[in-house]
Amino acid sequence: MSAAMTGTVAAERPTSTFQTFLSRRAGMMPTFAALIILVLLFVGAEAFLRGDFITPGNISALLLDNAYLVILAVGMTFVILTAGIDLSVGSVMAFTGILGAQLLARGVPAWLAIVTMLAGGAVIGLLIGTLVQYFSVQPFIASLAGLFLARGLAYVVSLSSIKVENTGVLWLQTNRIRVGDWYITPTGLIALLTVAVAAFVLHLTRFGRTIYAIGGNEQSARLMGLDVGRTKVAAYVISGFCGGLSGLVLTAYSGAGYPRNGIGTELDAIAAVVIGGTLLTGGRGYVLGSLVGVFVYGTIKTIISFMGAEQSWMQIIIGALLLLFIVVQRAIVARSEQRR
Amino acid sequence: MDGARPLLELTGATVRFGADAALDDVSFRMFPGEVHSLMGENGAGKSTLIKAVTGALALDEGTLTLDGDEVRFPTPHDAQRAGISTVYQEIELLPNLSVAENILLGREPRAHGVVSQRRMRDQARGILADLGLDIDPASILGTHSVAVQQLVAIARAISTDVRVLVLDEPTSSLDLDEVGELFRIIRELKARGVAILFVSHFLDQVYEICDRVTVLRDGRLVGEYLTRELLRIDLVHKMLGHDVSDYKARQREPVTQPDAPVFLSARGVTARGIGAADLDLGEAEIVGIAGLLGSGRTELARALTGAAHLDAGIIRIEGRAAHLDSPRRAISLGVVYSSENRRAEGILAELSVLENITLALQAHRGIFRRIRPARQRELAQSWVEALGIRPPDLDRPAGTLSGGNQQKVLLARLLALAPRVLVLDEPTRGIDVGAKVDIQNLVGELADNGLSVMFISAELEEVLRVGDRVAILRDGRIVETLRSGDMTVDSLLALVAQPDEQEG
Repeated sequence: MSAAMTGTVAAERPTSTFQTFLSRRAGMMPTFAALIILVLLFVGAEAFLRGDFITPGNISALLLDNAYLVILAVGMTFVILTAGIDLSVGSVMAFTGILGAQLLARGVPAWLAIVTMLAGGAVIGLLIGTLVQYFSVQPFIASLAGLFLARGLAYVVSLSSIKVENTGVLWLQTNRIRVGDWYITPTGLIALLTVAVAAFVLHLTRFGRTIYAIGGNEQSARLMGLDVGRTKVAAYVISGFCGGLSGLVLTAYSGAGYPRNGIGTELDAIAAVVIGGTLLTGGRGYVLGSLVGVFVYGTIKTIISFMGAEQSWMQIIIGALLLLFIVVQRAIVARSEQRR
Repeated sequence: MDGARPLLELTGATVRFGADAALDDVSFRMFPGEVHSLMGENGAGKSTLIKAVTGALALDEGTLTLDGDEVRFPTPHDAQRAGISTVYQEIELLPNLSVAENILLGREPRAHGVVSQRRMRDQARGILADLGLDIDPASILGTHSVAVQQLVAIARAISTDVRVLVLDEPTSSLDLDEVGELFRIIRELKARGVAILFVSHFLDQVYEICDRVTVLRDGRLVGEYLTRELLRIDLVHKMLGHDVSDYKARQREPVTQPDAPVFLSARGVTARGIGAADLDLGEAEIVGIAGLLGSGRTELARALTGAAHLDAGIIRIEGRAAHLDSPRRAISLGVVYSSENRRAEGILAELSVLENITLALQAHRGIFRRIRPARQRELAQSWVEALGIRPPDLDRPAGTLSGGNQQKVLLARLLALAPRVLVLDEPTRGIDVGAKVDIQNLVGELADNGLSVMFISAELEEVLRVGDRVAILRDGRIVETLRSGDMTVDSLLALVAQPDEQEG
């Protein structure tokens, strides 16, 4: 026989529940790690700031302030799970935001403005997806083109910020549903709903499993008869749609559209997704992890502003965390390859 | 059995890649409840035929019928739907998903309109139990060994209404127990009336499991035989393509210095695909390597030239232990390797003949000791003349040369390094007869000039003619090293094809 192989034919059954868990859920480890880091951040900040940190107001604000990023990260998770990347989302958010603000300023009804924003984001996603799937353009390059296109379109719509007066849109932000000292805004609800829908789609539909399959091995997914082409394009459309949705949320949050919004936000979204335990090589990760990733990101931001430290520390800490997570992920991937 | 109607029948199949026919008017049939093997050396058209049957490649000519109806599969998925499932050598599964999903994805069970993981696990457990496999269906596929993954691939293949199962070299990464398990499953499927195509280059396995064998050579059909009626040695004859009667026993002069000083000596060399190989290469000696496909020919060459990692064993050069951990180190010790894969690992088709020849030497010297252009040209020119490369145009892209001349360019590249040991892996494959003779003569001349050569070829006749001694490889081991003068093609063939049990 050619190679000496170890390992028996019928896989040795795991002997303990822990091993069963490991063999079934090894991919969840980075997400758990993110959760642990989030808890450590909370506990550390609470101790450091002598009990001023974990208050209902702060935690509620965490979701409120980062709702737009949660939505972007959800879209980004779809794309990264297929082993792609979408650099356009920050610009798409700015473009749809300023477009919406402009339409509302011209007296277009709120529902029509919102539909246009969402559709605008989805169309840019469709463009990127088509380039990636049918013209074999690298996702990095295709979405970079999308980034410039969306940013340019944003400047075409307006060079300066446009204030939003529409009460319907502002209601998304100002209306606070209170339970004691806790509160949540419609924007926060939209963000959480996006996560829930995404988790449902990714885990309980064939489309979602195909997303994972493509990330695992695109060629195999095709041989299994899964619709790889349509699914991949759809992943970018979803990311673009999420860009439009976060444009809406950010416009409501800031009360205005601004064409320079979201410069570099696509990188924040990617960072949150990676910290949340999704592998950049695709196929492994959870949308709930991306939510945790955004919270880690947002918490670090809050802690730094509480301490009154320089914003540059924010970047350094996020950078260090990213590095840590990528090393952890590499270790996990290397281990699982070793076990074969 | 011949009275039964074949389940799958391929008639007059021709597939062309450019001007070359990879498959030329081949007919092939499979019967239900039979295991059929496809045999042939590299490039015989086995994989082309498999691809034609499984819808991965379109036929240029010929027809495919399934159960009497003519069919056409534009994609592998269409073939699958018609009941033709394939398990590839490289496992085409998803390591990041669960075993159950790998078996059922694409036709996953649903409950209330959504994918039901629970029902999927139950179904998968049933399919696995059917095969007598005890694997947790919820576990992630990537956590299992290659063997288990292979069995999961088979479980997927048979979970549909499978009528034809194609197994393309399924055993190449399995150990003996695992092969036994696979054969048990094959027999069970056979009993269910599935037609199985089993492709393997392990003769023992083919004789153990297959009822019928189709032999291909150079894209043409040699014939279809019942395994029980075909002697092993006849099968090898048919694969390699020469009748014994074609040969006259060659009388060779004995090697003038039987015990020429040993230049390179390998002891107990063990690497992937090769076990405990002992080999001595004398100065000015050519050692031919004979063995069937999969016997470890290339693995041995790579192990001796630093291209593969050694698990055990020692290589001495002029009596001193040498640590050949990279081709670069090997080159600096005078050991160079020419790959069997000329197009992929050898010639740089877009670069000129000149660049192809001087490339390795320049790389070896490093970029800071640049060879002056005039010197490069002079050097390349001298090799083109010495080896008779046609056309003698230094600036022509190497890809436009004929196969034989490309091979000479490769040789020139290696010889420019002034090597002491030349390891040639199938240097004459796919080139015309005239060029073949040229290269064989050239190798002889090089040896006369003091070079040690290891000459690998699938053609036994060539190995015998070129080699002073011949090492016979079987299943990754050197079973014997004999003086080529003492052998005929016939006796060499017998040694190469001998089953393991008969070893002394």
